[in-house]
Amino acid sequence: MSGGAATAGPVAAPPQPAPPGFWSRHRVTLAFLAPAAVLLGVWIVYPTINTIVRSFFDRTGSEFIGLDNYRELFTRDVLVTAIKNNILWLAIVPALVTAIGLVFAVLLERVRWSVAFKVVVFMPMAVSLFAAGVIWRVMYEKDPETGAVNASLGAVVDAVDPPGALSEAQPSTEDLTGTPRRGLVLRRPVRPGDVALLGLTGIPPQDVSEGAEQARAPPGAAGAIAGVVWRDFTPGGGERGAIDEGELGLPDVTVELRDSGGGTVATTETGADGGFAFDEVEAGAHRVAIGPKTFEEPFEGVSWLGASLITPAIMLAYIWVWAGFAMVVIGAGLAAIPRDLLEAARTDGATERQVFRRVTVPLLRPVLVVVFVTMLINVLKVFDIVLSVAPASSQDEANVIALAMWRTAFGGVNDFGLGSAIAVFLFLLVVPLLLLNIRNFRREV
Amino acid sequence: MAATATRALAKAPLHLLLAFIGVLWLVPTLGLFLTSLLAPDQIGSTGWWKVFTEPSLAAFENYGTVLDNEALTSALGTTAVVAVFGTAIPIFVGALAGYAFAWLEFPGRDWLFLLVVGLLVVPLQMALIPMFSLYNTFGLFDTALALILFHSAFGLPFAIFLLRNFFVGIPKDLLESARIDGASELRIFVRLILPLGLPAIASLAIFQFLWTWNDFLVALTFGRDTQVITVAIFSEFRQFGANLELIAPAAFISLAVPLVLFFAFQRYFVEGLLAGSVK
Repeated sequence: MSGGAATAGPVAAPPQPAPPGFWSRHRVTLAFLAPAAVLLGVWIVYPTINTIVRSFFDRTGSEFIGLDNYRELFTRDVLVTAIKNNILWLAIVPALVTAIGLVFAVLLERVRWSVAFKVVVFMPMAVSLFAAGVIWRVMYEKDPETGAVNASLGAVVDAVDPPGALSEAQPSTEDLTGTPRRGLVLRRPVRPGDVALLGLTGIPPQDVSEGAEQARAPPGAAGAIAGVVWRDFTPGGGERGAIDEGELGLPDVTVELRDSGGGTVATTETGADGGFAFDEVEAGAHRVAIGPKTFEEPFEGVSWLGASLITPAIMLAYIWVWAGFAMVVIGAGLAAIPRDLLEAARTDGATERQVFRRVTVPLLRPVLVVVFVTMLINVLKVFDIVLSVAPASSQDEANVIALAMWRTAFGGVNDFGLGSAIAVFLFLLVVPLLLLNIRNFRREV
Repeated sequence: MAATATRALAKAPLHLLLAFIGVLWLVPTLGLFLTSLLAPDQIGSTGWWKVFTEPSLAAFENYGTVLDNEALTSALGTTAVVAVFGTAIPIFVGALAGYAFAWLEFPGRDWLFLLVVGLLVVPLQMALIPMFSLYNTFGLFDTALALILFHSAFGLPFAIFLLRNFFVGIPKDLLESARIDGASELRIFVRLILPLGLPAIASLAIFQFLWTWNDFLVALTFGRDTQVITVAIFSEFRQFGANLELIAPAAFISLAVPLVLFFAFQRYFVEGLLAGSVK
């Protein structure tokens, strides 16, 4: 705005008798260039030089310390983690984004509704990386009740390996010993013809399945061991260890019959009234146990935002954002490939796979390189999404170069010398990639 | 007829696969939106997908809370101001310089232009520390102007690069005849160059607007009480779970603006982005 006012003056002035000399001859040009020169000079050129110089000084800027800041960069734990993480990012993300973009672009060539798909996949590009981080932080909530990722995962896990009927049950009397993890065993040995009473307590009412009926001890039968598993608890009364009126049997509980050595000989499940029976049992003492399967916890959720998985979790969110970019750029390159080249290959008898690998991909190479290098640069500068996905507690593990730079300079440490050194390091990594990209971009696209 | 049907059938797995991927890509954003609709006492305990089976769970209550929250509304205002001026200034200044590089004769023109393009490689991290000190010295720290000028400067190299290349393509005869008619360079610039450059300016404007609207790093560095929306949301992060009733709707408002722009100007958006992949 102020730039506009500044240029209006000299240009609108009435032409004077042209005096010789450089300044007056190029007055108009200078007026057109001055606002840009001020902005670029003060905000980019000066700071760049200043940051480079500053990186050789200590944190307050008073003492010249040579390369000490750069040495620190490769020795301080937090910074080494940041560099290691960034190397992981460089190794994984650009390749994946390019590959996904390529696959999407190629698949889209064959359907009519490609525009709708492109809009959907490209949409995250419009959103800030910070907001994308918030989106995924909500997705990654640990509790499967609220976190969508863990809810979907839990649905699969619980389908493959269903949780036990009673994850929180405790024995109601000391007749039952053992731990839920290894199974609860009846202390008293049982023989064929006996009836085993296995009382459990500590079961929330909602954990008792809806089909449960009044518990009932089955009659003993010759050659069989029978018994009942029930909820041995009556609010405000009832006798421990005895089946009272109103106490429900526990269905679907795994009961194991173990021999004297502790090995399991047979397993069965309880019925609606909690009753079970093992028929044709060999004579002798046996033990009855409630199997550990009964007490298995349901899926508790993977801790995506915890220290160990945080970097892959952020990478996934980042790929979600950038895949659309790769798809659109590669799609544009794909559209530019002459159709007759592909047709010729097909006519010569090449399969679709061969056409893809031998014709399409080599012709797309320049575009793929531009996308890949662009992603290398983006990944080097990744910052916003790390701060918005990673909770404060996992930020040390999620650290990357740009975040380390910010935290060193502004996040409490306020070491401007080391912060400058990290910025210069980032600059040195980005420059060759960008030069490469500008060259490729101008030549090929 | 039968052949078409067979071909369509053969493609069914492909359609299904793409539809599945499309849904997969939509789910996270939809999840944030539905989360923002849950009542405050439901938001930490109920999954957003329950809204599908129990539509009564959804309400716009939280959006009212956000609009009553002064920190968040003023942050939205600041974001709009920063984004509008942070777009207008670099485009205007960039157009002036782009015109000079395209159509005015002066010594060292090509070298100077190369230098400007060279500035594209400077990551903004290189400017954070010196500008932090400079802003403090001149009392610009924690002002919207500080953000506007920073964004203007870093948007400029690309603006000059793009506009100069576009202006060079304007037919020389048009300019020559205007000059013969005695029009001043400023008049030519305003009456001829800007209108003809509109397609390039539009792409650039959308790209730069989204860049400034979506910024987090610059605003986080140079603002304390002057917050843009991303930073204001970030300051609610101290208790992410407890503040989700504010964070989710605020984040959705902050991303609704770019989304509307995206749907309204898709073509310019993609063009700007294709051109901008060198940035």
